[in-house]
Amino acid sequence: MEAISAFFNEYGALLAGGTWDTIVMTGLSTLFAYVLGIPLGVAVVVTSPDGLRPNRAVHTILGWIVNIGRSIPFIILLVAIIPFTRLIVGTSLGVPGAIVPLVVSAAPFVGRMVEQSLLEVDASLVEAAESFGANMWQIVTKVLVRESLPSLIRGVAITFIAVFGYSAMAGMVGAGGLGDIAIRYGYQRYQGDVMIATIVILVVLVQIVQSLGDLAAHKLDKRNR
Amino acid sequence: MIQIEHLSKTFGSEETQHHALVDINLTINDGDIFGILGESGAGKSTLVRCMNLLERPTQGKVLVDGVDATQLSDSQLRTLRRSIGMIFQNFSLFQQRSVLSNVMFPLELVRADAKQSEARARELLELVGLADKANAYPAQLSGGQQQRVAIARALVNKPRVMLCDEATSALDTITTRQILDLLKDINRELGVTIILITHSLVVARYICNRVAVIDAGQIVEQGDTATVFDNPTSDVARALLGLEG
Repeated sequence: MEAISAFFNEYGALLAGGTWDTIVMTGLSTLFAYVLGIPLGVAVVVTSPDGLRPNRAVHTILGWIVNIGRSIPFIILLVAIIPFTRLIVGTSLGVPGAIVPLVVSAAPFVGRMVEQSLLEVDASLVEAAESFGANMWQIVTKVLVRESLPSLIRGVAITFIAVFGYSAMAGMVGAGGLGDIAIRYGYQRYQGDVMIATIVILVVLVQIVQSLGDLAAHKLDKRNR
Repeated sequence: MIQIEHLSKTFGSEETQHHALVDINLTINDGDIFGILGESGAGKSTLVRCMNLLERPTQGKVLVDGVDATQLSDSQLRTLRRSIGMIFQNFSLFQQRSVLSNVMFPLELVRADAKQSEARARELLELVGLADKANAYPAQLSGGQQQRVAIARALVNKPRVMLCDEATSALDTITTRQILDLLKDINRELGVTIILITHSLVVARYICNRVAVIDAGQIVEQGDTATVFDNPTSDVARALLGLEG
């Protein structure tokens, strides 16, 4: 008991700060990844051969962007785009320095997730909307996005958790957050107790996010009687 | 009045051509309940989709009150579609929207006044006998109820024509009868012309005043329902009616 309270006296503030940094980093990165990823996913669906505005060239190019983005390991991307990161936020360090590569890495992932969600919408609903005189924009917003909302919410939880994992890697280059703490204390100073504390926090946060995502998606889904 | 003149529809590239419809000529008069009868794959669904240009004909004209729909711009076509309601085999209701919101959907597209839209939608739910289900969701309704909601949605824009694509094929016998009676009422009381696609002779005979029989993309017979049923001249119509040879 005493050992535990001594541990929290010494590292509690550090861990709380790291947790907060990780949440901010992950939350903002996920948000910006969706700002880019939603239009990307919608564009892929709309330009597909069976889409509302088939366009082979655009569809192929967007497909490449998505696949290239997802095929570069995050740890490499993180270092490779440092000049770009500096250009955007003025630094490659700390939380701002981590957000840029996290967004670049997650946006194609989000694009693919959004695409998958929109493709789940029954094509007959699109046809019905067209028969009532809906235009393309209305079909995208009022049918595709609206009908796939529960699936999109599940995607947000999955993305958030993936970005969470990446954000720990960003810790390796001094981005702050729990990953940074795990590396500096756990790995470099052989403090196993700090390492384990970060792991416990990460596991608990992932569980919370996934449960909240599932709950929100279920509550929102009107197909559940 | 809908006139279809020399309409053909071909799918696929030049090597893999499939002639879904070949030189179709039809006239559907105002007030008709017009049945298009045929086996699966005969081209019925493609034909009805050509009437509001969900499918674009490869050749020919679709004249809606004298205006050739194939010549309209995209926005003119959307306007035309608003005057043609449509219902589907699997109802095609929006699962994430309430019954009321489904019925209001076509009005939402034209940014109609929300209060008036809701009043209009409730009026139609009353008409189809589902006023008490306004706040329910499609997954909570039976097939027959879902098709009633779809009918209300198709009528909300006050169309003069309603296209029914195998509208009762997913329903049991009694529910089919109820839906057909509702369509008859709509035809009689609201003066909506109904074009109904079906593979069921029973359905065609029960509700249609005129029918066309389609086989392998061609119209093989058309006329008053009684005439076609009592004196089928084509082999296909005879086969459909169970009168072999």
